[in-house]
Amino acid sequence: MALSGIQIYKMLPQTNCKECGFPTCLAFAMKLAAKQVELAACPYVSEESKAKLAESATPPIRLVTLKSDGFEVKAGNEVVLFRHEKTFYNKPGIFIKVRADASPEEIKAQVTAAGAYTTNYVGLELFLDGFAVEASGDAQAFASAVQAVRGASHKPLILISRDPAVMAAGLDALDGEVPLVYAADPGNWEAMADLAKQHKAALAVSASTLEELADLTEKIKAKGVEDLVLDPDSQSLSSSVVQQTQIRRLALKKNFKALGYPSIAFPTDEASAAQAIAKYAGFIVLDHFAPELAYPLLVLRQNIYTDPQKPIQVQPGLYEINNPKAEDPLLVTTNFSITYFSVANEVEGSGLPAWLMVADAEGMSVLTAWAAGKFDAERIAKAVKTFNVADKVSRKRIVIPGHVAVLSGELEGELPGWEIRVGPREAVDLPSFMKQAL
Amino acid sequence: MPIEFVKDKWPGKVRSITIGATAADGGTRSTTVTVGGEKSLPFMHSDSEIPYRPVVAVEIKDRFPEDWSALLAETWGEVMKDPAEWAKAAEGVGADMIVLALSATDKDGAPTTPAGAVAAVKSVLAATGLPLAVFGPGQAELDNALLVAVAEATKGERLVLGLCEDKNYRTIVATAMANDHLVSARTPMDVNLAKQLNILISDMGFPLERILMDPTTGALGYGIEYGFSAMERLRLAALQGDNMTQLPMIVTPGFEAWKTKESKVGSGVPESWGDWKERSINWETLTAVALLEAGADILVLRHPESVRRVKAAIADLMAPVELA
Repeated sequence: MALSGIQIYKMLPQTNCKECGFPTCLAFAMKLAAKQVELAACPYVSEESKAKLAESATPPIRLVTLKSDGFEVKAGNEVVLFRHEKTFYNKPGIFIKVRADASPEEIKAQVTAAGAYTTNYVGLELFLDGFAVEASGDAQAFASAVQAVRGASHKPLILISRDPAVMAAGLDALDGEVPLVYAADPGNWEAMADLAKQHKAALAVSASTLEELADLTEKIKAKGVEDLVLDPDSQSLSSSVVQQTQIRRLALKKNFKALGYPSIAFPTDEASAAQAIAKYAGFIVLDHFAPELAYPLLVLRQNIYTDPQKPIQVQPGLYEINNPKAEDPLLVTTNFSITYFSVANEVEGSGLPAWLMVADAEGMSVLTAWAAGKFDAERIAKAVKTFNVADKVSRKRIVIPGHVAVLSGELEGELPGWEIRVGPREAVDLPSFMKQAL
Repeated sequence: MPIEFVKDKWPGKVRSITIGATAADGGTRSTTVTVGGEKSLPFMHSDSEIPYRPVVAVEIKDRFPEDWSALLAETWGEVMKDPAEWAKAAEGVGADMIVLALSATDKDGAPTTPAGAVAAVKSVLAATGLPLAVFGPGQAELDNALLVAVAEATKGERLVLGLCEDKNYRTIVATAMANDHLVSARTPMDVNLAKQLNILISDMGFPLERILMDPTTGALGYGIEYGFSAMERLRLAALQGDNMTQLPMIVTPGFEAWKTKESKVGSGVPESWGDWKERSINWETLTAVALLEAGADILVLRHPESVRRVKAAIADLMAPVELA
């Protein structure tokens, strides 16, 4: 279990020597408790304390980082089973499978398209994390395929083969990066562990039961390879939920180190890909690249991994879209980022100039904010005054979202002399509304 | 090494609720649907037996919905002009139950009448033996007028009537009580609001055994994280023993996903969104699967291909698990 700063302080020398870079042992202890520094910064800590602290200081789910030239993908370090308890931290890396038996031209085309893929969601650029190169059984072909992928993208790699000789050829084709070796299993683990150690790679461990998996990780760890990734080899959606949940429960509730690692999933369809995001995968390998699946999966990942304490917000204010003039229409919405971008994108796409007033609704969507009393006539009227809207627009007319049509009457009271118009409920209907009704 | 798995034992249990009544129970349905009964988090077979699988309902309208995506119009075709034919087609693509959403106006723009609503409901009941939910157009006065007439004309069928919301639930609950129906109670993504509405409804003397709760979910990309967490928290509260949250959850990923731009619009969107049809189906399917993981008992969908995929996922999620 994680220790508090005070508990850690009691195990430190308590000499305030400052050699760790902090003014006092207590300050250092607090930083240790927050996992912001390493114990190694203290030169005088006793061996006994070191052992105890090392045990408690290691996160229950180890952080595994894959690296390549200019890119990093992290998994692990999660601390909760449910996102509302705190948040999920490291978004699962999404990798696209590349088959080594494809021609170099095919590999190049596939990797170029997926590697360059980005899509915008509420102002965020979302992209895929890397590639998983699957060997066909031939070492030379594997090395060539890895090189072909590297010729088209610098993103991190997962190398897939159960044959240590083939894996060695693939690893030799890479230089100065941390790929994920997939996979060690009960038959090949010693050779795979040696390879991972030699190449400083992370190592995926595959077994058909969690017990076998735990046996393997302990044996491999004893050989000195610690950046491990679990492959529970789930055969159904139900066994995947149960196994992934057990892995996380054991790590978080029992501090069970043998399964205290992130996991990898190989979804076979849309549903299993969605489940991998919702239920705890650290790395996800998709069978192929298709934007119509990549886009919704990247959005789902973004949604599930959004910190519930910090809804993504935009700054309240009066936004100009398509260079509005004083006589152009005035619309109002909330400062929840998804809401703002839905509305702004529609108005922008319509080509029609408009003023978009974003009221401070504490980062909630229109309906949620209205239900919570954060988007009412008073707040809208206040925003009109705060942002000096009357100085910018010549027509005293404001369009409110259709979902809060009920606010019309009150708003007339709050904004005497203004015409209140009810717009559509959904942003997607704004362009036609603006063309026809404004 | 032997592992001592972490098995959650909860004091609470979700109520089992049966929708639809066969002739033996005073209705005319050839099948009924039972949901709920969970004693564990979703699909945690290692903690407890999962008594009933989540079910898929298909949403149909009493008349052709002009505002639905062209993709839905294309896939359902002519049947969308006739709720009875549409219900049959929905049964044909694997629906476990039907949700008939009444429109505010008829095809000529006149307000939907109670007689019109009753005729539509009766035609659907005659066309399919599946259990049925009937939702009003979402305008309080009209909802009440239509649902009371429907409830009275279908006494004993154990329909689900909706939507009950905090501002308008009394009339719907009263008529459901008088005519042996169930209700769906909708609240906006909040554990306490959901609980509060269930209390208000049960305070009228309506049995909790006849309430489904709709926590509102948002679509993928449009706030699903709020719905997802509200549902997880509601289910945790139920398992921890909170009587007023021990109700099965009905969610509407079809409605949510198909109002997004990603599903509605095929042209003038970023190339990175990919193929329109496949993207739309993915949008609905991913929304539904995420909600399944959060504890949904009834998923109301719109596209036949989403129905197929979500049903396949449910079947796989119900497959027995050998943990060790």
